[in-house]
Amino acid sequence: MRTIFALAGVVIKELYRRKDFYVLFILTIVICVVMASVNIYNDNEIIRYIKALCLLLIWISSLVIAITTTARQIPAEREQRTLLPLLAKPLTRTQLIFGKFLGCWLACGLVLVCFYAFFGVLAASREHAWPLLHYFQAAFLHWMVLGVVIAMTLLGSLVFAAPSSNSTICFVLVAMILCVGRYLDEVALKMHEPLRSLVYVLYFAIPHLEWAFGMRDLIVHDWPLIGWNFVGLATLYLLAYVSIFLVAACLVFRRKAVN
Amino acid sequence: MSVILKTEKLRVEFKSREFRQQPKVALRGLDLEVGTGEIFGFLGPNGAGKTTTINVLLGFVQPTSGAAALFGIDVRQPIARQRIGYLPEMTYYYKFLSAEELLRFYTKIFGLSRSETDKRIENLLKLVELEHASKRQIKTYSKGMQQRVGLAQALINNPDLLILDEPTSGLDPVGRMKVREIIQRLKNEGKTVFFASHELGEVETVCDRVAIISEGELKAIGRVSEIVAQHPSLEKAFLEVIGYKPQPA
Repeated sequence: MRTIFALAGVVIKELYRRKDFYVLFILTIVICVVMASVNIYNDNEIIRYIKALCLLLIWISSLVIAITTTARQIPAEREQRTLLPLLAKPLTRTQLIFGKFLGCWLACGLVLVCFYAFFGVLAASREHAWPLLHYFQAAFLHWMVLGVVIAMTLLGSLVFAAPSSNSTICFVLVAMILCVGRYLDEVALKMHEPLRSLVYVLYFAIPHLEWAFGMRDLIVHDWPLIGWNFVGLATLYLLAYVSIFLVAACLVFRRKAVN
Repeated sequence: MSVILKTEKLRVEFKSREFRQQPKVALRGLDLEVGTGEIFGFLGPNGAGKTTTINVLLGFVQPTSGAAALFGIDVRQPIARQRIGYLPEMTYYYKFLSAEELLRFYTKIFGLSRSETDKRIENLLKLVELEHASKRQIKTYSKGMQQRVGLAQALINNPDLLILDEPTSGLDPVGRMKVREIIQRLKNEGKTVFFASHELGEVETVCDRVAIISEGELKAIGRVSEIVAQHPSLEKAFLEVIGYKPQPA
């Protein structure tokens, strides 16, 4: 475990010493503060739109950070040959994969803390309320979804040679899951065999991240908290996908030449 | 003198990506033995199989046939790498870390205690003359300084065997001299050094024994003095062994 945490520590240091996070964080703040400073159409409910926009920006920024940070980890180690002295140490490739995953996941967790803290301040400045448990549920499930995205991107970084192609493919996949994932079963119903079965298989095979994305509505419309047992089941569901992607990544990396 | 590094009939073939192409043979039955406390020079022209041999020893490449062992342990076991240090050719380290942070990271992989870590980092930074720049990020270092960081990371676990792949490539004469001094100091401490290089003068000065390989085959092996005794210089011996015929002017 010590080795895995050491590897994770390097990934976290890399994230806070690069500019990516700061740029996205400042951009989100600027857009949201500007939006919050004007009251379009004199709508008293304008805060809901601002909250929805801010959460959308948080989701987009966190996905950008998670995918780009993860996609460059192993390709950069190979390109800059830092992988060689690392694997010359008593370290297994499985430990390396787990260390990279944990580092990216924890780093994204810290990013989410910053973003949701800003969101909380922004919402409280208008609504004078702190629904902390709502924020916790939304941020926690958001972090779990990022775990799936990170594990998937890590697997992609071992399959696709260039980080840019891996990032693009992962972005497209995640966007498709978030936007059309929930409608695949309805699409399948309108199709003929064998396409119908194929789309059904796809519907059950993909990780359904869209409902966690829908957690934004919980905060935007001040809906009541969802049951903690549901949060637990959702966590198990997402962790199952994380495990599948990580096992696949370990199997691919074991056969991969490092030089 | 016990054998610390051993390869037996080591053969490595790389499959061609082209359809129906013959595999490329990188090593053809390489037999090597390096004993404790030796400085062993591993010579050969470009593409001879030096780096492939090192990659097999470090478990980066699986041999097609034959065996390789470090300290009597199969190189495929991660534990075989517990007592070795490795300096690859032309490596860039994590640019966003300082030398001290980088060394601290590697000590965690070896599971060293905090007090041992502090002591070792201090000694190594002194050895490679980087105490003044230990807090600076590696991206601000010159090539020579980066190579010395590499040497420090290779020594972080106080290894019994040090594997160096072209340790002085791309360095200026002062940088080369510093690396050579460090190798000499390690020799005095009784460490074993397996040293792949093109710098024949350097090998002649530092090494006890050398092996010359060409096209994946071992062409010559023996003490430097024995090889040099039959030729005007190690360079002449090297060229003759690899079968180089000078072109008439």
